[in-house]
Amino acid sequence: MAAVTAHQQKHAAAGMADRAQDAAQDPVRAAAFDAAVAADDRIEPRDWMPEAYRASLVRQMAQHAHSEIIGMQPEANWITRAPSLRRKAILMAKVQDEAGHGLYLYSAAETLGTSREELLDKLHAGRQRYSSIFNYPTLTWADVGAIGWLVDGAAITNQVPLCRCSYGPYARAMVRICKEESFHQRQGYELLLALSRGTPAQHEMAQDAVNRWWWPSLMMFGPPDEASAHSEQSMAWKIKRHSNDELRRRFVDICVPQAEALGLTLPDPDIRWNEELGRHDFGDIDWTEFQEVLKGNGPCNEQRLAQRRTAHQEGAWVRDAAAAYATKHATGRPGSTGTTTQPGEATA
Amino acid sequence: MTAALALGDDALVLSHRLGEWAGHAPVLEEEVALANIALDLLGQARVLLSLVGDEDELAYLREERAFRNVQLVEQPNGDFAHTIARQLFFSVYQHLLYERLAAGDGTFADLAAKAVKEVAYHRDHAEQWTLRLGGGTAESHERMQRGLDALWRFTGELFQPVEGTGVESIGVDWQALRAEWLAAVTDVVERATLTVPTGRQSGAWQAGAGRQGLHTESFGKMIAEMQHLHRSHPGASW
Amino acid sequence: MSSSIDWPLWEVFVRSRRGLSHTHAGSLHAPDAEMALRNARDLYTRRSEGVSLWVVPSTAITASSPDEKDSFFEPAGDKPYRHPTFYEIPEGVKHL
Repeated sequence: MAAVTAHQQKHAAAGMADRAQDAAQDPVRAAAFDAAVAADDRIEPRDWMPEAYRASLVRQMAQHAHSEIIGMQPEANWITRAPSLRRKAILMAKVQDEAGHGLYLYSAAETLGTSREELLDKLHAGRQRYSSIFNYPTLTWADVGAIGWLVDGAAITNQVPLCRCSYGPYARAMVRICKEESFHQRQGYELLLALSRGTPAQHEMAQDAVNRWWWPSLMMFGPPDEASAHSEQSMAWKIKRHSNDELRRRFVDICVPQAEALGLTLPDPDIRWNEELGRHDFGDIDWTEFQEVLKGNGPCNEQRLAQRRTAHQEGAWVRDAAAAYATKHATGRPGSTGTTTQPGEATA
Repeated sequence: MTAALALGDDALVLSHRLGEWAGHAPVLEEEVALANIALDLLGQARVLLSLVGDEDELAYLREERAFRNVQLVEQPNGDFAHTIARQLFFSVYQHLLYERLAAGDGTFADLAAKAVKEVAYHRDHAEQWTLRLGGGTAESHERMQRGLDALWRFTGELFQPVEGTGVESIGVDWQALRAEWLAAVTDVVERATLTVPTGRQSGAWQAGAGRQGLHTESFGKMIAEMQHLHRSHPGASW
Repeated sequence: MSSSIDWPLWEVFVRSRRGLSHTHAGSLHAPDAEMALRNARDLYTRRSEGVSLWVVPSTAITASSPDEKDSFFEPAGDKPYRHPTFYEIPEGVKHL
């Protein structure tokens, strides 16, 4: 459910110079690559690609995968307290899906020759990011609903275009993920609806959650276009297909009537329909907060990373045990573990 | 309908414990596997509890002493080996019991026929991991043995006859179940190069305790967490 | 960071229903074939997507190279006589 955010495109832009270099080295393949992208054809793992394209993709897929698995935490926080057995089953299935989505995305990244272990190490060392939205805490049960409706909603708005991303394995993973995500958004909306129509205390809980999650959700689309000249390269490569502001506006337009149907208000007095432009105007986003959370000063940055590191470290003996067992029994184990070729590239 | 309550509570409580693993599993693939098992168990619990009354009232509004689950399933997760030991002991029991229920024509036959397939998978999962942890590294071997040893004293209770119409009417032979369970567990444990614990299978006043509503201390905290939100909003629907 | 060994990668093929062939669904990590099958079941069929699974070590797959694309696949392009639509049949002739 990750947002594809600003800093990724920054890196993509940094690759502009490299690109010229790639093309100079291999003009025929570079031309074929450009033609394929221009024709909306898919780039597949073993195809030639500019180094910067590869690096940009790995970073984007890694951030996306990391967001899925870090994103399990704020919701898993409520599994043991879900207020009905039906809700508990739904929430467990949703958090499980997020693990699954992380898996699909790490697999897609592996087709470019980057192992999951390597990506996890970078996450744990703080060298790769995940979506900042998960650095906010889930304080009440209604937050589970707000995450489903707003955070997953924003993620879907971001992700649906990625199903047409130029890189085949990423696009295919996104098709599967988007199909599964629509359940996530609907369950969140339904959860909030039950609260909004419930007791006054429940209604208040729902409104409070929407108040807290609305602005961070808008920030998931990344900085405004004028501050994000970097997305140009990603757009040209069709790794990204719409601008941040375009997607953000689309999201606001979708949410306004949905909020009305919920009987809840969005915490922005400036939201109103603009007849002339045929869309909603809305208030200014506090980008200082966004930058602060990005820098690591959000409410939960340290906690989220610490839990992830702990789970990984405490699981090391289990992973080692299974690997040792497989070596001893060597049933159906492919060769040795230290393959030098790129795993996954053959088939994805 | 004590039997439905007993078996329903077993599934509910174990599902809850497995749910606590979310976000903490040793590897992503195992996040997915543990959640699958937890979801199967929760599904079973909902069907069983609904035979008795309203599932949410039963899950969220009963006091600790009214729960009828065995103490084994309420034991905290511990490390992964501890969880696998709990899974092994319980899933072998549940599989053998549900096979019998499915074969009968009692109240639980239909439900058990569906559940037995799920439980067969849980058992397989536990067995696969027992083999790998037992036969993996020195550390995993030691941890797995510790898990088996620590939980062994909660296994005697599994074979206390469950009172009530459903189970008794199909005549579960609890002694035979026990013998079969022991043989199956012994087989896996020995193949995993581990040792079947030799201590008592129940403490001085533990035999049948969970089934009578006597639980271990951690259980009270577990249901306090589970029930808190629901109880804070009396009469609300979710 | 932990020094644990990376489990090998497996490609997963799912038969969505009887009568169809297995198709590639994605990949996953597992220490061995038995666990790979189980992980594949949990991950790729949790919404009833399949009735049968194959898992194959990724390293066991030999793939054609995109560089050979032209020599491998283009020669088939100019042989339309392999396709039934190449042939003209008088109107009214049936079962052909």
